[in-house]
Amino acid sequence: MKVLLVDDEEELVVTLAERLSIRDIDADWALSGEDALRMAADKRYDLAVLDMKMPKMNGLQLKVELQKQWPAMRFIFLTGHGSEEDFEAGASEAGDEYYLIKPVNIQELVAKIHASFDAGEA
Amino acid sequence: MSLFEKLKPVFWKDDHASGLYKQLFNYRRLWKKTALISVVIVFLPLVLLTAYEYKVTKATFESEALARSTRFVAKTRRTESFLLSKKRFALEFIIHDNTYEQLLQPERLTALLENLNRGLGLFADLGVIDATGVQRAYSGPFHLENADYSGQPWFKEIQNRGIFISDVFMGLRNLPHIVIAVKKTLPDESFYVLRTSVSIERFTEILSNEQTGEVGDAFLINHQGVLQTPSRYFGDILTLAPLNVPEFSDHTEGYQLTDIGSRMASISREGGAKPLPAEAANGTLVVSYAYVENSPFILMLVSPKDELMLQWRQTRMKILVFLSCAVGMILVVLLGVVTYLVNAIYAADQKRVMMLHEIEYSEKMASIGRLAAGIAHEINNPLAIINEKAGLIQDLFFIKEQYKQDTKLLGLIASIVSSVERCSVITRRLLSFARQSDANVTRINLRKIITEVLSFLGKEPEYRSITINIDIEDGLDDIVSDKGKLQQVLLNIIKNAFAAVEDGGHLAIAARKAKDGQGVELRIRDDGCGIPPEDLAKIFEPFFTTKGGRGGTGLGLSITYSLISEMGGTVRVTSEKDKGTCFIITLPLTMTANKG
Repeated sequence: MKVLLVDDEEELVVTLAERLSIRDIDADWALSGEDALRMAADKRYDLAVLDMKMPKMNGLQLKVELQKQWPAMRFIFLTGHGSEEDFEAGASEAGDEYYLIKPVNIQELVAKIHASFDAGEA
Repeated sequence: MSLFEKLKPVFWKDDHASGLYKQLFNYRRLWKKTALISVVIVFLPLVLLTAYEYKVTKATFESEALARSTRFVAKTRRTESFLLSKKRFALEFIIHDNTYEQLLQPERLTALLENLNRGLGLFADLGVIDATGVQRAYSGPFHLENADYSGQPWFKEIQNRGIFISDVFMGLRNLPHIVIAVKKTLPDESFYVLRTSVSIERFTEILSNEQTGEVGDAFLINHQGVLQTPSRYFGDILTLAPLNVPEFSDHTEGYQLTDIGSRMASISREGGAKPLPAEAANGTLVVSYAYVENSPFILMLVSPKDELMLQWRQTRMKILVFLSCAVGMILVVLLGVVTYLVNAIYAADQKRVMMLHEIEYSEKMASIGRLAAGIAHEINNPLAIINEKAGLIQDLFFIKEQYKQDTKLLGLIASIVSSVERCSVITRRLLSFARQSDANVTRINLRKIITEVLSFLGKEPEYRSITINIDIEDGLDDIVSDKGKLQQVLLNIIKNAFAAVEDGGHLAIAARKAKDGQGVELRIRDDGCGIPPEDLAKIFEPFFTTKGGRGGTGLGLSITYSLISEMGGTVRVTSEKDKGTCFIITLPLTMTANKG
């Protein structure tokens, strides 16, 4: 399972990638949409974890571009704009995407990645 | 509370907010100005018209009163004149019907006197005087034969004028008399005179009270101003009347006399004249007079003007009563209408101010919301980094055996992670607050929203030892309403409750299904200072505050009221001084969306 993490906060994305690796999830990271597209052009990723709010290209725009290359790719969005209601609902689900609120709980993220991946396999 | 306090319209208070909430008008001044203009416009013509009518009517009554007085004098003068003339003509007839010789016969003279008294009455005697002034024959109660009148002024006068009527004098019998004498000239130019004394009883009768009314005084004076008949007020007979002798006129004339009191002091009242009533003496007297033809008499009628104007005074009273009633009624209606109109403008203005305030309030909430969201988002990113870094350390510790056993380090990391978790709860709450600035009908759990609102209020209850008891009826489902509005409502009421209770006070928040089953009833009860009964009706009015200069805008509860209305609910309040206050809010289970 290959996961691409995209967030403009380097400290966050690097650490998150390392934590996922510890949990046996192979995660690459990128700091912008452009980097992510470049990386996705060379390598197939099963799932992308995207920050919603990034300079130049936001998470949703990036998703559209990535889907053009990899239509089967799954997505999890991270947002800093979640409210308490969203938090209690676990995460909003729109279609087959997940939204997680920063700061994320690693167990939850891992669970979503697996759930998403399983859904992709099904 | 005075009557004015009770009737005082709501706009009368001196409450002029400034800035955005400034009222459009100073309503007290507006009311005064409108009332004044209306009163002037309505009453000025009314007063002018009434004043004119008053003047005209008074003049009419006055001239009518004078005319009545004048008519009486004219009529009485004719009667007096006729009485005198009858007597005079009788003498003329006798002197021409009898020869001098016949008249000198005592029997004849006595028979004539008897006939005169039978026909006309009141003749006291009858005498014949020759050209030398000696009375040649006399019939009467005294012995006046050969009395010599040659030196008396009247004898000289009759030689010139042929007729003489004397002033009144007290005769030998001490009764008022006049003398009437006629002259007959013989062909040889000699003459003789027929003279009689006549009692003036009849003249006096004509002038009696019955004829002149209660206060009017009619009498005769001679050309020297001496009373010839008794006067009721102006002195005894043959005394000088305290009135000037009026100018001669052929006709009946009248004039007015004021302040005669001082002149009345000196008059003689031995004969029975009464004092003139003080109000008449100090007021105006109307004097009508006429010179009685062929006599030395002037007929006078003196009436107090007040008496003559009695009818006018009665009419005037009616006019005044009518005018007062009309003015009173118009004034009540006018002021009522002005008050109603100003009140309507005031109400519209209040509504405008209220709406402005609501707009500003929601703008403010939206701004705070945006600010909160911005801050929360900005904090979330570094928080996420701390979270991941700490998480990574935790992960590494679990992986590496040497750290796995170090409980102290693991504890420190767990503490960082849990603090991050606490911070994230705060940021989520801020974001949650931000969302509520928009109308947002959603499913609300009452217990949760109450807890949330209490958490907004921080640690105040804890510091002040205020006990809060939340009691939600079992089986009460969530309600669907505007969460932001409900939060604001609860926040306002609970904040007020905190302000009302003493340290160590109690606050009970209870929710249960409304009796009709269609809604939910929230009761927020405190055991604070309570609201005085006179304020209870006003607490939902905009700008009503008891906090004075301590930061109260007087809008909290009025906004609460309108928010509850917007949610389709109602609110009422019960309170007892020093025992506490209870707000009872009823909300529909499901809020109709268009109300948001």
